[in-house]
Amino acid sequence: MDKNTAVYICTGCSIGDALDIEQLKENGTEDFTISYCKDHPFLCGSEGLDLLNKDIEAEGINTIIIAACSQRVNYDVFNFGPDKIVERVNLREQVAWSQPPKEEDTQMLAEDNLRMGCSKAKDTELPEPFQAEEAYSKDILVVGGGVAGMTAALDTAKAGYQAVIVEKEDRLGGFLAKMKKNVTLPYKELSDTGVEELINSVEEDSRIKVFTSSTVEKVSGAPGLFSVDITSNGDAANERVGAVIQATGWVPYDANKLEHLGYGQFKDVITNVEMEEMAAAGKIVRPSDGKEVKNALFIQCAGSRDSDHLPYCSSVCCLVSLKQATYLKEQNPEALSYVLYKDVRTVGQAEDFYRKAQEDGNVFIRGSVSAVGESGGMLYVEADDELLGEKVKIEELDLVVLAVGMVPRSRPEEVPRVKAPEDEKDADEDGMIEVEQDSGFFANSALNLEYRQGPELPTLQYGFPDSHYICFPYETRRTGIYAAGCVRKPMEIARAKDDATGAAMKAIQCTEATAIGMAVHPRAGDMSYPEFNMQRCTQCKRCTEECPFGAINEDEKANPLPNPTRCRRCSICMGSCPERIISFKNYSVSMIGNMLKAIHVPEEDEEKPRVIALVCENDAYPALDMAGIKRMTWSPYIRFIPVRCLGSINLIWVADALSRGIDGLLLMGCRHGDDYQCHFMKGSELANTRLDKVSETLDRLALESDRVQFVEIGITDYDKIPGIIGEFMEKIEEVGPNPYKGW
Amino acid sequence: MSDIQTTNQSILVVGGGMSGITAALEAAEAGYDVVLVEKNPYLGGRVAQLHQYFPKLCPPNCGLEINFKRMRINPKIRFFTMAEVEKISGEEGDYDVGIKISPRYVNEKCTCCGKCTEVCEVELGNPFNFGMDKIKAAYLPHEFAFPMRYVMDPSIAGTEEGKKCHDACEYGAIDLDMSETHFDLKVGAIVWAAGWEPYDASKVEYYGFGEYKNVITNVMLERLASFNGPTEGKILRPSDGKTVKTVAFIQCAGSRDENHLPYCSGICCLASMKQATYIREQYPDCDVSIFFIDIRALDRLEDFYTKVQEDEKITFIKSKIANITEDEETGALMLEGENTNTGEQIRMNFDLVVLATGMVPNKINTAPSPNVSCDEYGFLTYDPEKAGIYGAGCVRRPTDVASSVQDATAAALKAIQSIARR
Repeated sequence: MDKNTAVYICTGCSIGDALDIEQLKENGTEDFTISYCKDHPFLCGSEGLDLLNKDIEAEGINTIIIAACSQRVNYDVFNFGPDKIVERVNLREQVAWSQPPKEEDTQMLAEDNLRMGCSKAKDTELPEPFQAEEAYSKDILVVGGGVAGMTAALDTAKAGYQAVIVEKEDRLGGFLAKMKKNVTLPYKELSDTGVEELINSVEEDSRIKVFTSSTVEKVSGAPGLFSVDITSNGDAANERVGAVIQATGWVPYDANKLEHLGYGQFKDVITNVEMEEMAAAGKIVRPSDGKEVKNALFIQCAGSRDSDHLPYCSSVCCLVSLKQATYLKEQNPEALSYVLYKDVRTVGQAEDFYRKAQEDGNVFIRGSVSAVGESGGMLYVEADDELLGEKVKIEELDLVVLAVGMVPRSRPEEVPRVKAPEDEKDADEDGMIEVEQDSGFFANSALNLEYRQGPELPTLQYGFPDSHYICFPYETRRTGIYAAGCVRKPMEIARAKDDATGAAMKAIQCTEATAIGMAVHPRAGDMSYPEFNMQRCTQCKRCTEECPFGAINEDEKANPLPNPTRCRRCSICMGSCPERIISFKNYSVSMIGNMLKAIHVPEEDEEKPRVIALVCENDAYPALDMAGIKRMTWSPYIRFIPVRCLGSINLIWVADALSRGIDGLLLMGCRHGDDYQCHFMKGSELANTRLDKVSETLDRLALESDRVQFVEIGITDYDKIPGIIGEFMEKIEEVGPNPYKGW
Repeated sequence: MSDIQTTNQSILVVGGGMSGITAALEAAEAGYDVVLVEKNPYLGGRVAQLHQYFPKLCPPNCGLEINFKRMRINPKIRFFTMAEVEKISGEEGDYDVGIKISPRYVNEKCTCCGKCTEVCEVELGNPFNFGMDKIKAAYLPHEFAFPMRYVMDPSIAGTEEGKKCHDACEYGAIDLDMSETHFDLKVGAIVWAAGWEPYDASKVEYYGFGEYKNVITNVMLERLASFNGPTEGKILRPSDGKTVKTVAFIQCAGSRDENHLPYCSGICCLASMKQATYIREQYPDCDVSIFFIDIRALDRLEDFYTKVQEDEKITFIKSKIANITEDEETGALMLEGENTNTGEQIRMNFDLVVLATGMVPNKINTAPSPNVSCDEYGFLTYDPEKAGIYGAGCVRRPTDVASSVQDATAAALKAIQSIARR
């Protein structure tokens, strides 16, 4: 669009006291085409806004630069409609509140900030939302027809959307259908599983299409545009859907690995799943001789919370054993159950059921099993009783039940192997290598995504495709694909149902957002998307490899094939591209590059170093604001530039800045590693990795590597900001001025 | 405010904590019209008061920042702080809700310049820090407060002090004439995400909370560990501000106890383990003892338990502490009980005792009371026969943040279904 740009400087909140406003107007805008520059003592007040609105109308202003408080505040006040570009310049938190007033350095900082704002406004275009040529689908594919899958489909339908269930068994129901009874809220007594009603509601709902004895052969496309190939009873079918829910459930931990607990050795040692099936089929008896069960012992955490088996807790086994002890009691009031446990984990209101089980006379032994044996046709269990501090032997047992845990169906039995890259030193003689655990290759076949980065949802530890984020439990690394129920983490039925409803919400939301070209979390609402200037692509594959969301496929010549509706707008691809061919309408390599160039670099003899900090806009930038609110102070020689994600940093910025005489660059981003905090998963990690490559640039320029540093900073680490900046400035001082100044 | 337009296609979310924010955002981002009401002067609820989350030990403000950003740019959400629900009448698809807004005495002109705080001389116990320090009676609730706006305590509104603040404000943002306002909303569905209160620890008399200064609760420790807390993040003894060498955590302080809360609050084990890491990070020589009945670290959270157990300075002792006595001179606390593992009598001294108190759900207390059902503990239950009002988060069951968010996401869809049925 043809820009008609105006600058408004607010002089309130101490800004006017800290700066020479006339000089700021002059110096901060002289390099740019600006229709006018005005100031006002209270820009966000009604008088200030009246002035703004009148001017915009009268002068036909479409690009407004507000030099005032942080972009984090008054966002609603300085919103002049979707057809106007608004650029905010921080003169308050990061200038007036954190620098001494009326100092030359403070003034220079404000002028640089304004220049950067003007430059950014010049290079910003209004985003035009992506619209695919094909029609979008808002239907939801649910893979798995157990309790989570059925609930997800039903809740999708109840909200007025269509759902498709693909279930591999010949009947819906999953594990729920194998159960005799359920124990759930309010946890007072056993209740019916309700599985038949649930199956009926699904089958009777005209908005739900059910494929049983079916598997998903292939999912291609992207949110709103998925094409799903299904094999159903040997026949091929195809469905077009907008989003996907993976509710493929769990399998019991293989009890054959628990020989030390007597499984496989003694017929009357069974798993909790076998116990449930037996109960559901009718009577619980001794498998060895079909006789009645009077005394039973439940071994909790059989293979769970055990570093040799499943290190995690399967969450449900305590309640399941208490439930099964109740079956025995109902069958024979004289029956006695022992529960050998590490901790009884009946959280929330489920504690009531534990209390009931204790009142029922069941015996709870805290300790660990040391032996399971048979004597005279009856089983015995030896255990170290922690509470008595001695060995105990429980004899005359009819049945021993192993409370085995849940393994997500997504977890492969063995680590899959793929063809290794040519120079891979860990490759075996066939040139194969184990896939990375958190990649889309480390999983069992469920979705068969046609994605460059693997056919399945990337999983976390132990093979759960769960979210890594506490605040955002539905965050997955494949846009529009959500895991629900026990495949994502062990959970009881009540929670699996809630989880499925939540996943349906996210899936529906994704289709709605996609249809209007809007990004989903964490940049929900963003209408921009990356555009590729393919003429200059060198097929280096960096964008396709580094995209944390698998948004970019590749053709056989390694050309990137972007899928805009899979994109989360993090701009990591933009940072990865050595040819700088990827850009957004409102965020690009040249835009930030030009902002860097807008900073005036004083001559060496002025002894005023210049440092640029590229900061994560979600965490580091607010932390800087907080430091300002707390009136902390730091060096006036540093300039902050917010970036979408540190992963969007293109190394050309570093090279450009240094070759212009900038003395140092600080990258302020989120924690990476196992407990990473980057909301784009890999962004801060990639920034750090790319920095390794900076040394080449520095060597080429014959500059010291100390000039560029990455620091991890969380949003609440603002107390550390003055220290971090102070240390870096000291280091820069030690290294001395950049010799490229004035070139 | 009274001119706010809603219809029976709108959703009301009550409570601006993590659950409420989530329910509101998830529905709004799917295109639905949402009104969110929160009784505090800021959104964020209890998570805003937390130092870190378990098991990642990351700051809650990070996720809140993203959520607030989602809220800023979404015109489908309108929110009100200092707002409470007074009445709910009607049925699924057609509710009339009465909202009360308490006076903030600070209007939208507030720029957060801080002049009112500078001149104000009246101090009050800081509610954000559970009264462990003082704030001025004209104040910003905390640095991350959203919306970023000051608030004035009603106690000075009609006084000279209030006038002083008023006169100090260059922007005319202090309005001493503000009064309580009321307005009605028409909505089609309600998500009740009013959160929880910590169980009143003083009711567990034998632990001496309220009497012994160095007996604090888990929620208080979060504030002590936060940089924006009363001690700038240093964990110090309340009695004398000294550093600590021995700290005890008492699990199930009032929970799993038929005299108090018969249920398990679900999160306290992990919260204490997390807090033990705060202490250990600040004090490399400090010994931490955790007295527990069962350690309940479900699913992959077990890994966090495993990690904490690796710290030699953190000891887990299976015991129900029966009594605490204070040495009046030193402020040291003597814990007595039985070690259930060894049978030995425990008599141990600690510098600081943290009570892992549980969660009490915030109920719907309006007249007439709407058609919802609760269990005996006051947790909202879901009854398909009584659709239209849906609980989300800790009003349904005591649970952690991730589960609350899942639950709130589910509640958003339930609310949409109630609208879609119309």
